[in-house]
Amino acid sequence: MSAAIATLSDATFDEEIGSSTEPVLVDFWAEWCGPCKMVAPILDEIATEQEGKLRIAKLNVDDNPDVARRFGVMSIPTLIVFKDGLEAARIVGAKGKGQLLQEIAAFV
Amino acid sequence: MSATSATDIRNVIIIGSGPAGLTSAIYTARANLAPLVIEGEPSSTSDQPGGQLMLTTEVENFPGFPEGIMGPELMVRFREQAVRFGAEVLTQKVSRVDLSGRPFGVWIGDPDAAEPTYKANAVIVSTGAQSLMLGIDAEKRLLGHGLSTCATCDGFFFRDQDIAVVGGGDSALEEAIFLTKFARTVTLVHRRDQLRASKIMQERAFANDKLRFLWNHVVDDVLGDTTVERVRVRNVETDELSDLEVSGLFVAIGHRPNTELFKGQLEMEDTGYLVTQNGTHTNVEGVFACGDVQDHTYRQAITAAGSGCMAAIDCERWLEHAEV
Repeated sequence: MSAAIATLSDATFDEEIGSSTEPVLVDFWAEWCGPCKMVAPILDEIATEQEGKLRIAKLNVDDNPDVARRFGVMSIPTLIVFKDGLEAARIVGAKGKGQLLQEIAAFV
Repeated sequence: MSATSATDIRNVIIIGSGPAGLTSAIYTARANLAPLVIEGEPSSTSDQPGGQLMLTTEVENFPGFPEGIMGPELMVRFREQAVRFGAEVLTQKVSRVDLSGRPFGVWIGDPDAAEPTYKANAVIVSTGAQSLMLGIDAEKRLLGHGLSTCATCDGFFFRDQDIAVVGGGDSALEEAIFLTKFARTVTLVHRRDQLRASKIMQERAFANDKLRFLWNHVVDDVLGDTTVERVRVRNVETDELSDLEVSGLFVAIGHRPNTELFKGQLEMEDTGYLVTQNGTHTNVEGVFACGDVQDHTYRQAITAAGSGCMAAIDCERWLEHAEV
């Protein structure tokens, strides 16, 4: 079973990110984005494997344009790692699992 | 299923998972060859599992879908059909091949490893093609920050903005028309004074009042520190430079085949496309090629799928007669 992946929205984003004791990787995605669909199953796996160390959350940019705009997201998938409520790393574009794990190594 | 044993010899390994690779997987699986498809790894900028259709929206010309179908959805269906008949799919990237003797060697991960990850009696190459980039310094800095090769991924973020597309073929027009759904204006920069695109796409483009055309121009540079601010274009007739005030540039200037892996091992044209003969045979017996990696003429999902079927049949016949 995969660990729970939170669904964020414009309304809940600040609260969820601000209150998290673990780093949170937010997946900015949309239904129409092919590469986002390739990344989703990898994030499911990472969520399970890194449970307790790193949380994974998703934000649909179609439904939540405010947060996407606030963080200057201009290409999806964009993955942003938030630590203590602040942006700590950003990965733009779909990547394979090996490369993703390398780029988030500092947080797991 | 042993996935890592170096002695693991497969009947058929298929490298690539677009319409060509997955069609060859469906056919070889139904021929009880238990194909292993090494589909690649996700990427927004180079090759990716599912192939180029993963970066498109509506596919209107694939027979059997009178209402059209989304590219990624179509590829999910191809894959499910291959898996249904017993194809094994691996979401990893091939790092090296050795086609100098049979069984052939296929490496995943460390290309310098002494032993290949897999061996195969036959290999079907369907690695496809990927978008050409402009080859300018700004590309590294601005990719994903206003510079894009994927309209369907990024177009949404340019709502009510002025943007540009560079290119003149079907994919350029498709991207430009798609982008007019979001953008205020889309300027198509093309190096000639007419389009290469199909008639139906041209008619749609000329009828679209948000689309403008800048003929006889090429992109010289993209300006902006952290995000695209202007695109510098050059008139190919006068060499005159001018700037387009746009916040986004989408690149659709053509494709190059993904044949790095096979350099020095498979015969290819100067442009890198694999050479096939008698159907889908390459110059190495037991290695077959299908889809865009060997086709710079048609480059359609349906022709790729057709040649994938041919490669599977060629491969099956060859395996029957070869002493492997």
